[in-house]
Formats: sequence, C-alpha cells, structure tokens
Amino acid sequence: MSKTTQETESQNPNPNIILFLCRWCSGKGADLAGTSRLQYPPNVLPIMVNCSSRIDPQHVVEAFLEGADGVLITGCNFGDCHYKTGNYKTFRRMSILSKLLKQVGVSPKRFRLTWISATEAAKFAKTVTAMVDELKKLPPYKINGKGGEEL
Amino acid sequence: MKKINLAIALGATCAGCDVAILDLNEKILEVFDLVDFKFWPTAMDFKIDDLKNLKDGEVDVGIYHGSIRTTEDAEIAKILRKKSKVVVAFGACANFGGIPSLANMPYEKSMFDVVYKDVPSMDNPEGTVPQTSITIKGTELTLPGIRKDADALDAVIDIDYYVPGCPPMVPLIEQVVEVLKVFASTGQLPPKGTVIADTKTLCEECGRTKPEEISFKDFISPQEVQEIDPDLCLIPQGIICMGPATRAGCDALCTKMNVGCRGCLGPTDKVKDHGLKMISALTSLLDVDVEEDMSEEELHKVVDKIPDPLGTFYRFTYGKSLIYNLHSEEEIK
Ligand code: SF4
Ligand code: SF4
Ligand code: SF4
Ligand code: FES
Repeated sequence: MSKTTQETESQNPNPNIILFLCRWCSGKGADLAGTSRLQYPPNVLPIMVNCSSRIDPQHVVEAFLEGADGVLITGCNFGDCHYKTGNYKTFRRMSILSKLLKQVGVSPKRFRLTWISATEAAKFAKTVTAMVDELKKLPPYKINGKGGEEL
Repeated sequence: MKKINLAIALGATCAGCDVAILDLNEKILEVFDLVDFKFWPTAMDFKIDDLKNLKDGEVDVGIYHGSIRTTEDAEIAKILRKKSKVVVAFGACANFGGIPSLANMPYEKSMFDVVYKDVPSMDNPEGTVPQTSITIKGTELTLPGIRKDADALDAVIDIDYYVPGCPPMVPLIEQVVEVLKVFASTGQLPPKGTVIADTKTLCEECGRTKPEEISFKDFISPQEVQEIDPDLCLIPQGIICMGPATRAGCDALCTKMNVGCRGCLGPTDKVKDHGLKMISALTSLLDVDVEEDMSEEELHKVVDKIPDPLGTFYRFTYGKSLIYNLHSEEEIK
C-alpha cells in the first residue's frame, strides 16, 4: 500500500504524441511549418478538428489509454477562433482537465494546450520540438492497470 | 409464500447504507414478513461464522454494501458470493468504490502516514501505524491487511444487480422490496446486470425550470451563495450540479434542498465517464461574452474556483471511472 515512487532512469527515445489541432489558425500554422520546411520531430500524430472546442476531455483521456505518451492541443489565439469563442471554452475545459490529470498522476509535461496563429509556423515547430524533447526525458507513459492487488 | 433468505454483508462502509434500509420505517415490517435474515451483523447479533456455516447457495439474495478496502472485505464478499444465489451491490461504495476509492489517487505519501501521522488531529508521537499482526505476551493478535486500493465490489466478485446511491434512497429500496416480493411469490428476477434506479438523467426528474439558454459567469462555491432562486436550475446560478450526467432515481433529493447534485447515483448508461462529461458540459455553459476582454490571468481565476476536480466530479465514482485507468504512480515525483 505504500505509494512511494519508483526510480525510473529509463528514457523514451521515441515518444508518441497525439496532436489535436483546429482546422483554422493552428492548422494553417502547422501547414506553413511544413511548406516552409521547418524541422520538427516526426513524433506527432495530428488529428484535425474544426475547432479546438470540439475536443472533449474524453478524447484526451482515451489517447493516453490507447498508449500516447503525450497529448498536445493547439487552437487559434484568443479573439481569432473561427467560431469566435470556441477557444475560450477549450481553455477552461482543458485547464480543469489538466488539473484532474495531475491529480490522477499524469505528469503535466504530457499534456499541453497552446495557441498558434496562421503565421506562427516557427512557434508551432518550436512547441512540438520542446514537447518531444521533454517527453524523451520521461519514461514511456505506462498506465498501471488497476484492480485488486492485495498486500 | 416461502420466505426469502436474505444476507446483508458489509465491507468498508459508513453503515449509512444500513441506516437507509431502516429508513424504510413501517415498510421494514413488510421486509420482515418477506425475508428470513441469515446475516446482518450491523442490525442483529451475527458473526462471520454464521455466514460461513450456511450451505452454498442457501442465501437467496445477498446484499453487500461498502467498498473493498481490507483483505477481510474481499474475503467476506467472496463468502457472500458463494452462499448467495444472487448478489446485489448496494450503495455507491459497492457500485463504484465510492468515497473510499478517492484514497486511491496517487499521492507522494502512504495513506497510513497521512492518516496516522500527518493529520493535525493525530497525536501519535511514536508514529505507530496498524500492523497485520503483533505478539503480546506470547499471544498473536491479528488485523486484516489493507489492500493497495479501495475498489468497487465487482473487482472481487461477480454481481447480479446494482443499487447505487450514497446511500440508496428510500424510493430505490422500495423498488428492491418489490423485486423481492415478486421473487418470493413467482421466483422471477429482473435480468442480470439490472441497475435498480432510473435510466434517465437527474435533470429530467428535477423540477427546477431550465431556461432556453443556460449560461453562467462564474462557479459559485456554496459558502458564497447569497440567495438561491428556489425554482431555477442551479447551473445558471453558478452552482455546480452533476444532474446532467447523473442517473435519476432519488427524486432530486439534493436539488430540492437548493444543493447541487454531487452525483451519488453515478452516471447514466450513456455516459462513459461521469466527471469528464460534466467538465465538458459545465465548461460549454460558461458564459463567454464577458471573457473576450479578460486577461489570461483572469481566465485562470475562473477555473481556479474548482481547486479539486477529482473530488468535485468523481466524489463517488472514481473507482469505476475511465480516468482511474490512467492512474500512474511513477509520475508523482
Ligand atoms: S454508499 Fe454512502 S452510505 Fe453507503 S457505505 Fe458508502 S458512504 Fe456509506
Ligand atoms: S442541472 Fe441540476 S438543478 Fe439544473 S435541472 Fe439538472 S438536476 Fe436540476
Ligand atoms: S441529487 Fe444527486 S447527490 Fe443528491 S441524492 Fe440525488 S443523485 Fe445523489
Ligand atoms: S477554430 Fe481554432 S480554436 Fe476555434
């Protein structure tokens, strides 16, 4: 029953990151990063949605349960959301979720939300690179299946 | 009519579930006409051997309340299963792990250190914590072990019926009595896996008026509430209410008293994760007009009004939630 932490030296050379991005600003920013041939690591699996507010907390949790090492959400800057207020809702929803994830033992390094405009290709590449670098220093995310171990 | 052999066993329970049964008031007399109690240690003089000594399958209906916290809780559950034709998980603890399962959240200290050493009300200079066995003057005294997690009943045994609620409310217990009556007279039981409560959401049962468009500006903590409109849905008043994702069946016990539903009946069948659904719903309803000229800091203030999302949105259901499977202790550093 002791909840002491294990020392985990192992690193993760190849973290999997699920990237949820909205079709508008942040999607355009990501596109621009590609067409400008900016370098960023290939560890992200992008899933494009119409607006960041389309992403339900359950999608994020299920990404982890399916084996993601990290989840990154990008949306338009405040004021720029194609649907006006979607990203405000995303902000609140994901702020509460990130608190919850921390409570259930998911390192905050594994879950990020950031705003990218259509011209911010460099910011996009930088954000992805920074997150991949951080996750390389953490061990692969392992969910420890629950249920009834006895002392 | 043959009487039904009934056993009521318990695990990590506050005994509120037992009291809830007694709350049937005069209807409890009907229960006594209907059943023979084979085991109910809270209310009568029964010891665990009374349950052990029954023949396998001799109990028609075995009710279990409380979560599985100690090794003994698990053992009693297994004995109850063996002795009973059908087993009913009774109360939020047995159904979802309940409040005890909140202790399963990863934490940098062991539960015993928190409970027996750190809490301000504890005076324990020698730092004694419970042991499973100790020998005093040549006699060994033993206590059950604590399991790593407090789990719902179905973590250790197969369950036939579920009666949620913390504790199950009288209308639900009356439904259980009806089920027992039918069983006693016809031998018929509902299909296995039936949840003895409603299938709709609490909002449908709650009599408060829901405005066409629901939105609110700020989460209001109970201590900040100045005045509550007794007829209007609580959410547009800023009060967190788990009604939209919670199963009906309590007759809106809390919202009638101007208190937001805390979700003790658990999620409806359609909801995969009680808390995530509520986070999603509540944040969709938060008013945005005002925020357009808010700084990021002010935006943070709004969500900081929920300092403990786990305790708020999973008060009763953490042990059976989707996020419970995320739990990773390696991450706590
Ligand atoms: S469900 Fe509620 S009343 Fe029943 S044992 Fe658990 S905490 Fe007590
Ligand atoms: S949210 Fe709560 S107060 Fe509003 S209708 Fe639903 S149960 Fe009633
Ligand atoms: S209103 Fe909610 S918390 Fe209150 S008794 Fe009903 S289900 Fe339980
Ligand atoms: S469209 Fe980009 S966040 Fe809404």
